Amino acid sequence: MDKRNLRVPKTIKLFIGGEFPRTESGRSFPAYEHGTQKVFAHLCRASRKDFRNAVTAALSARAEWERRSAYNRAQIIYRMAEMTEGHREEMVSVMEKVGGVSARDAHLAVDEVIDAFVYYAGFADKFSQLSGCVNPVSGPHHAFTTPEPVGCVAMIFDDDDGAVTALPTVIATMASIIASGNVVTMLLPGAVAPLLAPLAEIFATSDLPKGVVNLLTGHRSELLEHFASHMEVQSISYVGSDNTVREKLKTLGAENMKRVVCFESKDGAQNGDINIGLERIASFVEFKTVWHPIGH
Amino acid sequence: MRSVSMIDKEGRSLAVVVPAVDEVGAIERADFFTKRSIKKDSKLHALYLAISMCDLTTLEGADTPGRVKQLCEKARHPVPPDVFASVARTKNLPPIPSVAAVCIYPSMVSVAVKALEGSGINVASVATAFPSGQAPLSTKLNDTRFAVSEGATEIDMVINRGAFLSGGYQLVFDEIAAIKEACGEAHLKVILETGELGSLDRVRLASEIAMRAGADFIKTSTGKIQPAATLPVTLVMLQAISDFYLKTGKKIGMKPAGGIRTAKQAIQYLCMVNETLGTDWLTPDLFRFGASAMVNDILKQIFKEATGRYYYDRAFSLD
Repeated sequence: MDKRNLRVPKTIKLFIGGEFPRTESGRSFPAYEHGTQKVFAHLCRASRKDFRNAVTAALSARAEWERRSAYNRAQIIYRMAEMTEGHREEMVSVMEKVGGVSARDAHLAVDEVIDAFVYYAGFADKFSQLSGCVNPVSGPHHAFTTPEPVGCVAMIFDDDDGAVTALPTVIATMASIIASGNVVTMLLPGAVAPLLAPLAEIFATSDLPKGVVNLLTGHRSELLEHFASHMEVQSISYVGSDNTVREKLKTLGAENMKRVVCFESKDGAQNGDINIGLERIASFVEFKTVWHPIGH
Repeated sequence: MRSVSMIDKEGRSLAVVVPAVDEVGAIERADFFTKRSIKKDSKLHALYLAISMCDLTTLEGADTPGRVKQLCEKARHPVPPDVFASVARTKNLPPIPSVAAVCIYPSMVSVAVKALEGSGINVASVATAFPSGQAPLSTKLNDTRFAVSEGATEIDMVINRGAFLSGGYQLVFDEIAAIKEACGEAHLKVILETGELGSLDRVRLASEIAMRAGADFIKTSTGKIQPAATLPVTLVMLQAISDFYLKTGKKIGMKPAGGIRTAKQAIQYLCMVNETLGTDWLTPDLFRFGASAMVNDILKQIFKEATGRYYYDRAFSLD
């Protein structure tokens, strides 16, 4: 018997609190090989309770991640770039099989992912100097302003981009958010969902404290409301262009004054939207100003 | 079957007979209660009931009058009533009940009594050289009398585990009986500290001795030792209460304490009580939770029902 016929489609699990649980709901949905009805893998269809658990995991990691020195956060994010290199072949093969893209494009996407990690690793110990300042005040005081992470950020995306575009967007957005000490729970967009396994392995083996990054797969329509309404999610990052989604996030998020940050996806960059840069980091920090008396 | 003969205060001899506990069976049976699915109205009912059965506890060396007062406020109103009223308006939920008691060290009793005046909430005090119980009987009695004279309506005593484990059952029995006498009107809860007893057979024997000696409640743990309350241990104690009731007609209360943190666990315990002892025991007079963290988790669930939003512990209190 031809060994290649002995393929068992695996169930790719979720990544919550550094562990790989199945969804508590027991539901799954298939990811097909591109252009066929052949199941590549079954993905977990996360429920609102999985989301709640992921937020709990993120929040319990929050203090530790925030307390890490900026240099250490930089090292860990840089480590993710190294680990991505190790998972390159696997990621390329998934994008080829499920996304139907060429090996060349897939490699380019992985290159972009690595670039994003390296880029934000560099920023982790510099954004504070670049965006904070000493304020000129009239009086015997030092007044200085420093950025602090907002806390738990829930991330959602539009589904319409292919893996080649979506993957680097997801990673760049995530890296920019955790670089400043935030923790995240994200619902991977459809095109990136089949990549959960290698992504989770990258995060799990980068010395990242458990729970800083939590990955879910599932249906956005079902989870959106809970992302927006959860009272201990401090901020939401939405990359996409759906106005009804924006409105819903802002309306439900108002209850606990969530910082709802919406970015256009990559195409929007021409319209002055920023996909990568200090501004991304600054979108997910709170600026704190301290007045300090000075003696004479 | 195991029989231990004992002599009571009046000098009569009595035989404490306990059946052997099927350890594997008890664990299996207890695991059963974790598989129940309690939803909607029944769940909400159970959550309200669990709050009303809670003994809010602070037993730290760092306890201050301020901290105890704050706990008493939380005992009266786990959520500020007007806050809850505005949240619960659309769903027409009843107000959140007060908890059953506040459990503290004897030195804090007077503070709690004052803070809880007119609320109907009991003041429970640990006594008898809590948590180790390693002190002479005279000290334990003084400890108890002091707490009662300060106004405690419930006394949580620890049994003498050193004596129990070395076979000094009579000493354990006598101590409980003496403390019961010192309690006067106050209710006596006897803490077995099951985490130190080692086997379910010993838990069963200790339960029996405590009930015979005059306990109004039997309680699993001090909360200072791991493991604290577990479902199998509680099941064995509930079974002992059931047998004691059938024999004597006296209803003894049960209090699992320590390690119960979530609403889900609380509901599992309530199912177990209901299916072991029946609905008679589903009242704060006969069943208590020694758990403080649990209250916030229950509130989270109730708020979820009321608003559709997930809440978090610190929304209700900082500890």
